[in-house]
Amino acid sequence: MKLMRKTLIASALIAATGAAQAAEISDGKVKIGVLGDMGGVYADISGQGSVEAVKMAVEDFGGTVLGKPIEVVYADTQLKPDVGSTIARTWIEDEQVDVINGAVASSVTGAVTKVMTAAEKITLITASASHAFTTKACSPFNAHWTYDVVSLANGTVKPMVQSGKQKWFFITADYAFGHALESVASGVIKENGGEVLGAVRAPLGTTDFSSYILQAQSAGADVIALANAGTDMVNSLKTAAEFGVTDMVDVAGLLVFTPNAQALDPAIAGGMKLTTGFYWDMDEKTREWSERYMARMDGKIPAMPHAGAYSSTIHYLKAVEAAGTDDSKAVMAKMKEMPVEDFFSRNGYLRADGRMVHDMLQVRIKNADERSSDNDIFAIEKVIPGDEAFLPLEAGGCEFAMAMAKK
Amino acid sequence: MATIFGINLFALFGQLLVGLINGSFYALLALGLAIIFGLLKIINFSHGALYMLGAFGAYLGLNYLGIDYWWALVLVPIAVGALGILLERTLIRPIANEDHLYSLLLTFGIALILQGLFTHWFGSSGMPYAIPEELKGGTRLPFMYLPDYRAWIIVFSLSVCAVTWYIIEKTKLGAYLRAGTENPQLMQAFGINVPLIVTLTYGFGVGLAGLAGVLAAPVYSVSPEMGSNILIVVFAIVVIGGMGSIGGAILTGLAMGVVEGLTKYFYPEASTTVIFLVMVLVLLTKPAGLFGKEA
Repeated sequence: MKLMRKTLIASALIAATGAAQAAEISDGKVKIGVLGDMGGVYADISGQGSVEAVKMAVEDFGGTVLGKPIEVVYADTQLKPDVGSTIARTWIEDEQVDVINGAVASSVTGAVTKVMTAAEKITLITASASHAFTTKACSPFNAHWTYDVVSLANGTVKPMVQSGKQKWFFITADYAFGHALESVASGVIKENGGEVLGAVRAPLGTTDFSSYILQAQSAGADVIALANAGTDMVNSLKTAAEFGVTDMVDVAGLLVFTPNAQALDPAIAGGMKLTTGFYWDMDEKTREWSERYMARMDGKIPAMPHAGAYSSTIHYLKAVEAAGTDDSKAVMAKMKEMPVEDFFSRNGYLRADGRMVHDMLQVRIKNADERSSDNDIFAIEKVIPGDEAFLPLEAGGCEFAMAMAKK
Repeated sequence: MATIFGINLFALFGQLLVGLINGSFYALLALGLAIIFGLLKIINFSHGALYMLGAFGAYLGLNYLGIDYWWALVLVPIAVGALGILLERTLIRPIANEDHLYSLLLTFGIALILQGLFTHWFGSSGMPYAIPEELKGGTRLPFMYLPDYRAWIIVFSLSVCAVTWYIIEKTKLGAYLRAGTENPQLMQAFGINVPLIVTLTYGFGVGLAGLAGVLAAPVYSVSPEMGSNILIVVFAIVVIGGMGSIGGAILTGLAMGVVEGLTKYFYPEASTTVIFLVMVLVLLTKPAGLFGKEA
């Protein structure tokens, strides 16, 4: 009996100290979980690069926040939604992870944000494209950072339709991301007076695109739009060139990351216009950061999700400091209050619905004779102001954000 | 344009031809697998990784050693075959008499290691490899534009398949091979070095995978994932054709390429599953496969 009383007192004491800490930093540290594709088709645009970028952010921030250490852990989702949500749950329940950064492939991110929202924890979405995370599947705990399907479609598709490329045909990755990109881009085409002749859905990781290219060709379109990414994008463009399609019609890559552009022969990809959230060689600030990144990554140049991972982590940590706690709601309120201005984000702000609105870049892939090195890939043609690039809040239909905006 | 039942015939011919091109790859890979399984009873799960190695061999040879495509076509399969021989001698041989599952797990492990290493070294985006000068360009057929390189794939891989089939089924060397695996003790009593034959056969089968890799490098992205994507399909083809049937593997490989091509035309979403559907149907009606010998 005596023993039991002692135990009770002890646990009460522990509980009390625990509660006192919760007001500031829970569990005595801030733990960032980086969720990526470590060895799959998207490893080059997330993977180790995102982990390293987050670590750089933590180091640049000084390694501590509010006097407590910042810890970084990472895991591989293998691009499977169930694996992603299981890791997120384990991190939250057993390992005191406070925030997740990364989450690559929209299908995985969808599953992860559900778990995080239920646990009232923040997800910094830095390598997914679906706009659902800030529209119909929005959450007060989502911060969608780097790019999304709307900004890609607005940046790439709109100017092409306006310049007279009226008839479009899609080669689409057959999962959440591809479907979202195709439907948003189709909307942009129709709004601007163009026409969508058809689409063909190719499974993720298709080896041979030649039959899809032939179908696209026989449709008689002005533009074949590639609503896919990574190796799929590279392979479809290569095949289009091989079958002589690129000589006759325009091929538009709707989501092209720098490593993919690097993997393409300039003779094939040179001249293609696309939209990106970041380019390493844009100015002094981007170069300074990118060079530090490259020194840690065997000379590989950063892709936009890596820059986004850094930018979002710094912004999160600043918000923790400003809020004086790592409580998700308080931190998110600060994140939405403070402007996002760094080497990655220009004129950026985190909107009520979780969309980080920032300037996007319209770029052109350089031809072989314009390149000074292997890393010299894009020529920047135009800066698209954030409010033009992203979907307006009112059009998204995110209910809690609309209610917030009304107040 | 000519149409029948609302189907654009020209487009259909195009798909058939494209299917045949993919089928040539399937045939070449399935042939290697079928030889290794048929003669050595090893379920070689590292076949896809060795195919990937062939493609990377071509890439590395071109960029670091100045070996052009044509030399790569000769040298890389030999190098990959030599690596296969090394693997067979050091890793596979010690467990040769165990259950098939052991060699399956071992080769699967080798595949994962190779794939992991190449992802670590080269990333997952893939490496560019240009089509050789001699085969750039193409022919405009009435129904499609046929790139010269794709035509070369069909001609070359079918020739390799035909020669291999002939050697194994029709020559004395092939007869030794088949007999050696049927009854090793008896063959050894006749003074034939069976372990050597086994090792060389494994090397040859693996070399075929390397050859397919070189052939694939200019048209598919040279990436660490390329092998694992194609391997399962090729296994299904070997099963459909009948485990161990050399001719069956070749014919089924071509046929499945065409079936897949047609599916891509009529219902693209099912293109990755159609081969497995065929596999299920074949297993239900002919459990030994279309060309399998034993019931």
